[in-house]
Amino acid sequence: MLLINVISCSLRLCPFSPVVPSLFHFSQRFTTVVPESCMLILLGLVLGGVVLIANKKQLYQLEPALFFLFLLPTIVGDAGYFMPARLFFDNLGAILTYAVVGTLWNAFCTGFCLYAAKLLGVIDERVQADLMDFLLFGALISAVDPVAVLAVFEEVHVNDTLFIIVFGESLVNDAVTVVLYKVYISFVEVGAENVQTADYFKGVASFLIVSIGGTLVGLVFAVILGFITRFTKKVRIIEPLFVFLLVYLAYLTAELFSLSAILSMTFCGIGANKYVEANISQKSRTTVKYTMKTLASIAETIIFIFLGISAVDKSKWAWDTGLVSCTLVFIFVFRAAGVIGQTWVLNRFRLVPLDKIDQVVMSYGGLRGAVAFALVVLLDGEQVKAKDYFVATTIVVVFFTVMFQGLTIKPLVNWLKVPRSTSRKPTINEEIHERAFDHILTAVEDIAGLQGYHHWRDKWEQFDKNYLSKLLLRKSVYRKSELWEAYQKINIRDAISVIDQGGNVLTSARLSLPSMASRASFPEVTNVTNYLRENGSGVCLDLQVIDNVPGAKVEEDTETHHVLAENLYKPRRRYQSHYSRHFMPLGEKERQDREVFQRNMKSRMETFKSTRHKRHKKERSLKKRRGSDAKEDGGDKPRRNVSWQDKNPVVVPVESEEDRGEHSDAEKEEDVGITFVARKAETPKQRPKSVPAGCPSPSADPPSPPSEDSHLPWKGGVGSPPPCVSVEATKIIPVDLQQAWNQSISSLESISSPPAPAEPVHPRVSALSRLGGPRPASYTPPGSMASSTSSIGAQASQCSFHYPEKKKEEEEEEEEGVGVLQEMQPLMSSLKPPGAVPPPPPPLSSAPGSGRRRNPCVYLRNLVTVPPPGNSESHSRGPTQL
Amino acid sequence: MGSNSSSMNNIPNAEQLVQETGFSAAHILRLYERFQFLDKDDTGQLRPEDFGAVRELAMNPIGDRIISAFFSPGQETLDFASFVRVLAHFRPADSNRTRDGAQPEPANSSMRKLKFAFQLYDQDRDGKISRAELLQVLRAMLGMQVTEEQLQSIAERAIQEADFDQDDAISFDEFRKSLEKVNIDHKMSIRFLS
Repeated sequence: MLLINVISCSLRLCPFSPVVPSLFHFSQRFTTVVPESCMLILLGLVLGGVVLIANKKQLYQLEPALFFLFLLPTIVGDAGYFMPARLFFDNLGAILTYAVVGTLWNAFCTGFCLYAAKLLGVIDERVQADLMDFLLFGALISAVDPVAVLAVFEEVHVNDTLFIIVFGESLVNDAVTVVLYKVYISFVEVGAENVQTADYFKGVASFLIVSIGGTLVGLVFAVILGFITRFTKKVRIIEPLFVFLLVYLAYLTAELFSLSAILSMTFCGIGANKYVEANISQKSRTTVKYTMKTLASIAETIIFIFLGISAVDKSKWAWDTGLVSCTLVFIFVFRAAGVIGQTWVLNRFRLVPLDKIDQVVMSYGGLRGAVAFALVVLLDGEQVKAKDYFVATTIVVVFFTVMFQGLTIKPLVNWLKVPRSTSRKPTINEEIHERAFDHILTAVEDIAGLQGYHHWRDKWEQFDKNYLSKLLLRKSVYRKSELWEAYQKINIRDAISVIDQGGNVLTSARLSLPSMASRASFPEVTNVTNYLRENGSGVCLDLQVIDNVPGAKVEEDTETHHVLAENLYKPRRRYQSHYSRHFMPLGEKERQDREVFQRNMKSRMETFKSTRHKRHKKERSLKKRRGSDAKEDGGDKPRRNVSWQDKNPVVVPVESEEDRGEHSDAEKEEDVGITFVARKAETPKQRPKSVPAGCPSPSADPPSPPSEDSHLPWKGGVGSPPPCVSVEATKIIPVDLQQAWNQSISSLESISSPPAPAEPVHPRVSALSRLGGPRPASYTPPGSMASSTSSIGAQASQCSFHYPEKKKEEEEEEEEGVGVLQEMQPLMSSLKPPGAVPPPPPPLSSAPGSGRRRNPCVYLRNLVTVPPPGNSESHSRGPTQL
Repeated sequence: MGSNSSSMNNIPNAEQLVQETGFSAAHILRLYERFQFLDKDDTGQLRPEDFGAVRELAMNPIGDRIISAFFSPGQETLDFASFVRVLAHFRPADSNRTRDGAQPEPANSSMRKLKFAFQLYDQDRDGKISRAELLQVLRAMLGMQVTEEQLQSIAERAIQEADFDQDDAISFDEFRKSLEKVNIDHKMSIRFLS
């Protein structure tokens, strides 16, 4: 009994655990020969055998409901959403031909020939089936299965055209199969003799309705999805949810109306992808991508394992050698014949003809899979007497195609030297020129008076640009150029690869590299301006990377550090992660809380001591969090905690500030891509300046930092980059980038608070200048947030007052690595005084300065009280800002 | 085809064009009809203004460049033979069955296709795409979507990427190299209806 439990547990777990596929991935040599799907089926066979031996009865079956409601949609959704749309539509004619004509051909030929074989006596008498039954069987066995095709072809890496034709066919022919299946089922139910001629026409009509209707449902949902994601700016966290929900809804809705659900989902994915990807944030994009891929591979794993398990249970099927062998032969022969015939016709119309090798691979790649199996299991044993024989045959066909053909297709592809796909990303030149080619071809078609493919594609693009994109894209995104996006992607990719090669982004040698992947050495500099520009762009590249790579690293360091610090003294992590989970939805609330905070902080400081024991409760409000921060200040590790947790209040108000702005303003801010980049590029410039000031500080200002702080790896790691900054970088950037920076600041000021434009800045600057001005030695070296600053108050005020101002212009703040922001924030604030806003005289410089040596609690109180006087001239800021 | 041959006779040098460009007689005939449609004043010569009849060209961001590419330098008019010769660039690559092998370098070779595209960039015909020339094309194609700085950086990047001899311009060889991974036959061909 225990054994059974264990087995069933493992059975239940296996499909869901990513261990199984990953195990296969690990054994590289094995999987290069054996496709994963085969391994999974084998695993299912073994598991099914074990269960059968232990239990005498198969507990787990591939239930059609489970398959059609959950497993299939995940795979189809993934396939549709990530379908290369351009490629799909480039080959739409071929795909549709193979899917419709090819499937019909296969279905009828297989059905009729099996019936002929039955009449000839090749198939045993026990198989009680007439023509209609065989046609039904032919319909369900003829469709190429997307799951199997995807599983095999993704590993084989044939060239894109071949892949999209086979895979697109497998997706689209579902409509044909399901319609044929349903028509035959109804024919079988009423009995073949009662079927009238009109019913055949009804069958044809229903095919059109099912496929076109399914496509339309999918497109409608695509439009809805695009439209919804246009407005999710404030609720980024549920963007992936919308994607999954609506794509799945497209499937369910089509299913509800008996339309082709697979077509619906596929076209919903294809249609929505462009707009959704442009609308949602980078994080959501990543989430959608990985969740979809993971779900799809889970579903695929489950299906193949279940296929194996189902095959073991002998009570479900009955064997007939004649039927099995005939079916195998027929599906293979007719597949090949169909492909060759259709290709011959298609090649007369295709720009790029499909050659013989392609046809061989296409014929051989006609894998049957779980869809056929689910359909055959769904048959009603009362109506279709030969159901058990059909089940057995289907299992054999699926096994044969997936195992044998799947196993041999890779050697075959190698042997035939089928052109492989290269997973190469296009260069910027290719992006530019291919765009130009499109325009050229369109123009030539227009001149030659041909209403060809490019003509219509251009028409569609015009329509898309003028209407659809306007409707479905955010204004900010709409104005962005795809080429510019591609440019940025390439830059980021280059920079990441530089990092991966172990390069330090900030070393001078690397600055020149990223943009010149194809060049081995740094170019000889002939032209000074060019050189400056090159380096300038190099700096930009590198700093974009800071967002991605080092940002994450810094954050990780920070976090590790925090884990240590907090675990050593006061475990607090649970609370923290809890907060971050509700981080986004709380935006509005936090904004209000912050106002309260500014007015009542002092009183809270008194009360928080009494709430100390409640710390582990959920603390959602800023007030409580602030209280706990302050409490930590009482400990020895105050600053890190303050800085770390202050990040949250800091981020939230900013977000809300941006949201509060006019819609167009927010969009405008999003659009300042170049200044955004440029501002970051200032980081290296500022670093060297402040390094001399920062480095001596631990020793020069002994009372300020606790001595252990200077030895902390976190600090060292973050602080180390500045010395690496190249001299070139420091020389180059200021000229043009400083200007851009100033522009962005001034534009932001005008945007952010129309009533009192400059005022919000001043208190912050003054707070900073108080620190940076009079006592530069103690000022935080940029890049290390909490390192050698001596005063908590200073640190905290920097966090809470400078940071938001800066952040406002981040175009998508949630996409930034928080660690990066944290890291850059001091830079930005130190940058500010020389920048657009001249620092006002520091009236209160003595307050934090003197407070520095006091009890941390007092610091905080100081901190709390400082802003209002500093704001004395800008009390109007309260209402506008908060 | 028999019925077409009578109208083929109206086309000057039709046989030679078929030989030269690889278009079938039906293609030539169809193109001739198009040529006559564009040639409003029946002079047998097209002027750049005649292309204005194609409304879609006005929407094409690089339409004017393509029109001017039809005219060899210094010439104001275009006869039918030149018209067909230019269009022959966009014929799909011949598979073995139609290749007669007479010409060493047919117009639809990928080299000639690339050359055509290159000339669209290289307006001053000095054999190099300078930064300014690239910027012009980019500006035309991207229009209002991007800022001038963004255009600059894209152009900068493109030149950096392709420019192997560091002369701050893209020569034809560099242009070809930067596109050697692209299937030019696929990307620069259209299907001519017969």
